[in-house]
Amino acid sequence: MTQITATTTDSASAGARVWGWLRGLNPVYLIAVVLLVAVGYLNPVFYQPDSFLTFVARAAPLMILTAGQVFVLVSGGFDLSVGSVVTSTVIISAILANNDPGATWWVILFLLAGGVLIGLINGAVTTYLKVPSLIATLGMLLIVRGVGLFWSGGAPRGYLPDNLRMWGRGGIEGLFGLRQFPYAVILLVIFGIIYWLLLHRLNYGRQLLALGDNPRASRLSGVNVNLMRISAFVICAVSAVVSGIMVAGRGGVSIEAGTGLEMQSIAAAVLGGTMLLGGRGSVPAAMTGALALEVLFTLLNLMGLPKPLRDAVQGLIIISAVAYTAYSTRKSR
Amino acid sequence: MAAITSSPSPTALDRARAWVRARNIPPVYGILVIIFLASILLDLFFGIDDQLFIFNPTILTNILVRSVALGIVAVGQTFVMIGASIDLSVAYTVSVTAVGASFLMAGEPDRVWWTVLVLIAIGIVIGLLNGTIITKLKVNPLIATLGVGLILKGLLNATFTNFAGSVPSSFQSFAYDAIGPVPISVLVLFGVVLVGWFILRRTRYGAHLYAVGGNAEGARLSGLHTDRILTLAHVMCSVTAVLTGLFVVSRLRSGAPWVGTDGLYDLESIAATVIGGTALSGGKGGVWGTLAGVLIFSLLDTMFNQIGIDAYLKQILRGAIIILAVGFYTFRSKAEQG
Repeated sequence: MTQITATTTDSASAGARVWGWLRGLNPVYLIAVVLLVAVGYLNPVFYQPDSFLTFVARAAPLMILTAGQVFVLVSGGFDLSVGSVVTSTVIISAILANNDPGATWWVILFLLAGGVLIGLINGAVTTYLKVPSLIATLGMLLIVRGVGLFWSGGAPRGYLPDNLRMWGRGGIEGLFGLRQFPYAVILLVIFGIIYWLLLHRLNYGRQLLALGDNPRASRLSGVNVNLMRISAFVICAVSAVVSGIMVAGRGGVSIEAGTGLEMQSIAAAVLGGTMLLGGRGSVPAAMTGALALEVLFTLLNLMGLPKPLRDAVQGLIIISAVAYTAYSTRKSR
Repeated sequence: MAAITSSPSPTALDRARAWVRARNIPPVYGILVIIFLASILLDLFFGIDDQLFIFNPTILTNILVRSVALGIVAVGQTFVMIGASIDLSVAYTVSVTAVGASFLMAGEPDRVWWTVLVLIAIGIVIGLLNGTIITKLKVNPLIATLGVGLILKGLLNATFTNFAGSVPSSFQSFAYDAIGPVPISVLVLFGVVLVGWFILRRTRYGAHLYAVGGNAEGARLSGLHTDRILTLAHVMCSVTAVLTGLFVVSRLRSGAPWVGTDGLYDLESIAATVIGGTALSGGKGGVWGTLAGVLIFSLLDTMFNQIGIDAYLKQILRGAIIILAVGFYTFRSKAEQG
């Protein structure tokens, strides 16, 4: 037996093995590579280490946001409030910190606590009041944006101290011979690893995926379904706050800071193979999806297409990804 | 024994209750009355005017006119929700119509009619697109219509960035003129609701739509073309969104890409429909309940103005009311099922 397996592996050429591995790979990685090559072809400067890291730092908020969204999506829900959580984080951090470096840490803690609260409410409304998550979080979108605008009086005010801004635009100077190694990329790696562990290496993640696949079976096997769903919304809202702090640092204070991010994060997650309405998803693939989406936006920009077409592209991605999933599940039956 | 014979009054109440239950009347009408009475009390104590709003015909008319935009599209939303679908693209359809109307009419009265026809044709195409993606590609309706909405938004924002053109003043009579004391727009709203009621309750198509929403598989097995029936509901929904867009642009004189999304027509039409007694799971409901739901929203909106609530606080309250209202209904219907 051992000999047979040994001979078959030997006889299989290296090319076939690579091909087999590639076929098992999530297509999003291939998409990302193709897009990266295309951008590099149009704009060779893109591949200089400094400018590439700047690009990754710019993509980092969407990547973290998408990773958080994956938790809600695999549990079978949606979170459409994340965009306005980002906006309100940006607005409120500027008001609270108001250029006082000493305030930074409690402002960050306050915002994270706000994120936890929003996640708890989203989760409680969807689980206990049984409001469909799409409607519950659309309502939350209005509430959170209203709170941010009410607090600021409708126009951005206040200033961000440098030690709050650094998460978006700062970095370690001179590391690895680079001009600057962005803090945003460090945060991205840390959060990526935490989320990967949570969803793919811990029991929690397995239960969450099982819950999204078949809520009834999960409930019958003794999983606290409501608690799991609520926790997913909390993770998502906290990711939105983290992403908001990075957006504030990078782009400055604006009441449009987070507009559209909710759909971008869902499109990115879907691009990374996350199944809408639950059951399947991967953190690294979704984050790659977010990166691919940002590269695609860069590409559209380089090709001189108007910025709003991004929305149309996202709409097409979402519909075709879901249609493809529906088609392939029908075929496999 | 004596107690029973000497208390005839509960029987009247009981009879009323039995009447309501037998006819399956949703509680929305009761809620509308309660909110109306509460508004009078609020106005009495906190109103910023001296005069009570119920004695002010301008405000009363205004409540109705406020209901027109949301009311027309909510009738369409009721159709798709009875078919157990949903339409999240209506807000963008409203925007496309508003911008399209003012751009195509460009202030010329003789362009009005063909522009209206072109826009209705666009509405039909959007509805066909939604319906086809849902029924043929088997994409979940929430996602399909959200995706179509994003595509519309992207195309619209890539072409127009601000108010484009204007509608001729003759077209504005749709929003501003009245026949006697009744504004034309309010008549149009009642016309749309009546047509909706007639289709749902007096035609074979209406009965089929309820069947598809109640049990799609059963309807298909009994020989109904479920795909066609649902697609037609989506077409009608998109056409009502076009009508709403035409009303909005005739009020504003010119359309901008954000008028539909700022009006929250997607979320509020769904919320009004749910409050009006149409189940999110389909197969149940009707347009009169939806109209009552829409009136609740305009009444609250008017009330917020009467007692002078900050615009942003109003947004917070709107969001909270939508969540709580939908929550109340879904919670209640789950409780009934046991």
